[in-house]
Amino acid sequence: MKINVLHVAKLANLPLKNEEIKKLEEQLSETLTYIEKLNSINTENIEPTSQVTGLENVAREDEPKPSLSQEEALSNTKSQHNGLFKIKAVFDV
Amino acid sequence: MNLNQLTIKEAKEGLKNKKFSSVDLTQDCLKRIKEIEPKLNAFVTITEKEALSQAKKADDMIANGDDLPLLGIPISIKDNFCTLGVKTTASSKVLENFIPPYNATVVEKLNNAGAVTLGKTNMDAWAHGSSTETSDFGSTKNPWNLKRLPGGSSGGAAASVSSDEVLAGIGSETAGSIRQPASWCGAVGLKPTYGRVSRYGVIAMASSLDSPGPITKTVEDSALILNVLAGQDDKDATTSPRKTEDHTKDLSKSIKGLRIGISEDYFKGIYREITEDVQNALKVLEKQGAIIKNIKLFDPQYAIAVYTILQRAEVSSNLARYDGIRYGNDRSYFGEEAKRRIMLGTYTLSAGYYDAYYKKAQQVRTLIVKDFNQAFKDVDVVIAPTSPSTALFAGSSEDNPMFGELADVLVEPSSIAGLPGINITCGFSKEDLPIGMQIIGPQLAESLILNVAYKYEQETQFYKQRPKL
Amino acid sequence: MNSNKYQPVIGLEVHVELKTKSKMFCSCKAEYFGQKPNINTCPVCLGLPGALPVPNKKAIEWCIMIGFALNCQVSNFSKFDRKNYFYPDLPKGYQISQYDEPFCINGSIKLSNNKSVGIRRVHMEEDTGKLIHQENSTLIDFNRSGVPLVEIVTEPDFESVEEVVEYLKKLQQIVRYLGVSDADMEKGNMRLEPNISLRENTTNTTNKQILPIYKVEVKNINSFRFVEKAIEYEIKRQSGILNQGKNPIQETRGWDENKQKTVSQRIKEEAQDYRYFPEPDIPPLRFINSQISNLKSQMPELPTDKLIRFQKEYQLSKYDAEILTREKETADYFEESVRIGKLQKVSPKQIANILINKKVDFKNILPAKLIKGIVFSIKIDFVDKSKLRKIIQNVLLKNQKAVNDYKNGKIQAIGFLIGKVKQHFPKGDTNQIKSTLEKHLKT
Repeated sequence: MKINVLHVAKLANLPLKNEEIKKLEEQLSETLTYIEKLNSINTENIEPTSQVTGLENVAREDEPKPSLSQEEALSNTKSQHNGLFKIKAVFDV
Repeated sequence: MNLNQLTIKEAKEGLKNKKFSSVDLTQDCLKRIKEIEPKLNAFVTITEKEALSQAKKADDMIANGDDLPLLGIPISIKDNFCTLGVKTTASSKVLENFIPPYNATVVEKLNNAGAVTLGKTNMDAWAHGSSTETSDFGSTKNPWNLKRLPGGSSGGAAASVSSDEVLAGIGSETAGSIRQPASWCGAVGLKPTYGRVSRYGVIAMASSLDSPGPITKTVEDSALILNVLAGQDDKDATTSPRKTEDHTKDLSKSIKGLRIGISEDYFKGIYREITEDVQNALKVLEKQGAIIKNIKLFDPQYAIAVYTILQRAEVSSNLARYDGIRYGNDRSYFGEEAKRRIMLGTYTLSAGYYDAYYKKAQQVRTLIVKDFNQAFKDVDVVIAPTSPSTALFAGSSEDNPMFGELADVLVEPSSIAGLPGINITCGFSKEDLPIGMQIIGPQLAESLILNVAYKYEQETQFYKQRPKL
Repeated sequence: MNSNKYQPVIGLEVHVELKTKSKMFCSCKAEYFGQKPNINTCPVCLGLPGALPVPNKKAIEWCIMIGFALNCQVSNFSKFDRKNYFYPDLPKGYQISQYDEPFCINGSIKLSNNKSVGIRRVHMEEDTGKLIHQENSTLIDFNRSGVPLVEIVTEPDFESVEEVVEYLKKLQQIVRYLGVSDADMEKGNMRLEPNISLRENTTNTTNKQILPIYKVEVKNINSFRFVEKAIEYEIKRQSGILNQGKNPIQETRGWDENKQKTVSQRIKEEAQDYRYFPEPDIPPLRFINSQISNLKSQMPELPTDKLIRFQKEYQLSKYDAEILTREKETADYFEESVRIGKLQKVSPKQIANILINKKVDFKNILPAKLIKGIVFSIKIDFVDKSKLRKIIQNVLLKNQKAVNDYKNGKIQAIGFLIGKVKQHFPKGDTNQIKSTLEKHLKT
């Protein structure tokens, strides 16, 4: 199976170098071949499992608790302005 | 004997009887760290100053007659646990300067238990791997042989414990990341039931599998730490509401009549020495009254495929937040392994492929869960080798996109089912490398597998052997 | 051009922001309007490494109540999913939403022309941060990130702008009645996304069931007026294209108020690939029937029911009843007044007349006082307190000398100030004016 690496990279928002694209193409199809082993297992009428805890209906009460301070919220950003995160201009799409 | 070589239990006694102080204990650990870190590279960050002040505080409390479960005990924490004010990188350049404004719940609990944190341990970047070679800050070496890998992803944690840099390490496992490095480094590694220990503040790898847990020198120490870590957390909706228990209580309970299951497929294609040692271990347990039963578990080969799909998909989503805006560097800083996983996960979730990959894997996951449930009707625990090999040579993981999965083949099925498992050393190879076996139990049966491991350990005491570094 | 040649086919997606105290998946305050930037955030809504979501119970209940109000079926089993896409206002790189198992499905709402509009689904999700565009940079405030949002999706059942607007007003009224959202358009509590296409107008009924092969979505409109204009514009634009024998392209457009037209934003050559999968951090939700009926029993009376009841119970005209039930606050005030008025033989109609014809200040004139006023026909204007306060502040500012005199002990100076205030309220209650003035002078 050949993967359209460029398309997937676009979806994944990953910048890739040319040499990486070629390598990924090979490695990803190698992995896909491996995981296609599963096709030999019959899963007709089998429910999928997304969680193994068996928990249901976990929710919290609507009670506000203290937040981080503005300074803490911004403490790891490289670029800020007047209490806001600052990035290169983007246009609303 | 230096203080850093003590077990937690021994150290607690010494502290209580005023034979030494927590500062003495911490100093000995720091001395050891300074001496061997240049060779070992188990830590990403060492927090000497903070540790000494925590140790002083612990000494004051001890003088006051206070008692906490880990009061004054020096430990290490894997670098994927968020630590307030202390750099947390997950061994990735993306987070090379990230200083969390909050503590993971596990860290909070360790602080409240009086532990002294010496630093943050090295790992495969983002916990992607079983070698610690994918760390962006250099790989960790195996204390038993510096040319060998420590395993991973909690390789730094396991190495820090087995080399006596600390008394215990906190790691995390998605599928193998505690048990496998514990096996390669000769330590006790406990992966609790998924949901038994909070994931809040642990940098997510595969959210439906991640389980934090202890790496220790002995089984009793493992139980002591689990007592601190376990419990429901209102910040993690997937934690079990089941009441916590004292996991040290049943350690020495008799295992007479205990039914141990072994499955042939778990012994396929593994080193002969390992098979032999595990079989010898079973004999030791049999002597104590356990009954060995042959069972047929789902072939672990399929678990690799299931795990690969689920984990890559969740990784692709969990790593989406790293855009360099609010913290960290931008997405070009991801290493090769992370990129590979993000790409595969994105692909398998993309339009038209979801049913063929993700849904299919979740369906087979159901079969694996059912298979274990069925098995635990006939047996109380399952025993198998932890890893198909002993510690491999450095460089083995390079350019092998499935290295981790193949190294973790024997731990993946139980991880997929969310089961608890513990690695314990059951021998040494001709090359003097540790060999580990794992004991797997039903969900929330931590006390039972600790009990079995303890009974075995008391009989064999392999933990007393130390690497010559 | 024959305007009846085509029949509009319109569906609506509406996002309603809930007014819970805390956010959807964390305990930060859900306030963002008029707040300092980035003060209501935490590891969860900032998408910091390691943070985990825990859903807000009240928000889920409110979402289901909206579903009830729209006659939906509430699912016994539901779950959250991750919707994966990248944008700087989306801190986690995915939005927690609901994909194939929303809380509510298959509802309907009746319009005044007796037409029933289908509600496809009502689901729960979280809001994004807010982008502020500057010339060379974009600024981000995450106070809004994680505020609970309910998305209500209709079937493409609308055939005219009038139907759309009526539906929107009804929906706004419903969520306000339920007390789950202010639905304030200006504050962005309610955001509208119509999708519009045209089909040939024909009496052939089978043709009516076939949807056009394209649809044009107009994104994020925050006023009823703009929705009207955008739809009208689209009908004209698409008719023009169809008249040339072509098909409009399937795309997303935006309403440009300055240019008075919709503009293309992105051609959907390939449908957005959101890579939905079940949110592993949140266990699924299962509601047993008794929980559902328990929630249903907590539903307040809805506007349509109230309207009918008011006409019957209080013998009001439809016109009067409509005005009185337009807002829940008015309806409640009316009913409380009727209750008190009954003992004093004041009829509902008398009360209705006053409420409809005079602007009564509900906050300051309690129903008992209103009834007293009606019974004794006291000719006092009950001064609107906030208006009074403004006038007093103004008078005090302009008459500093009298103020200083008063403060220096010349208490009689207050008479002069009362006079000044009374110029604005000739029939005002002197005692009320005096006591309010005194309060202001003391501070």
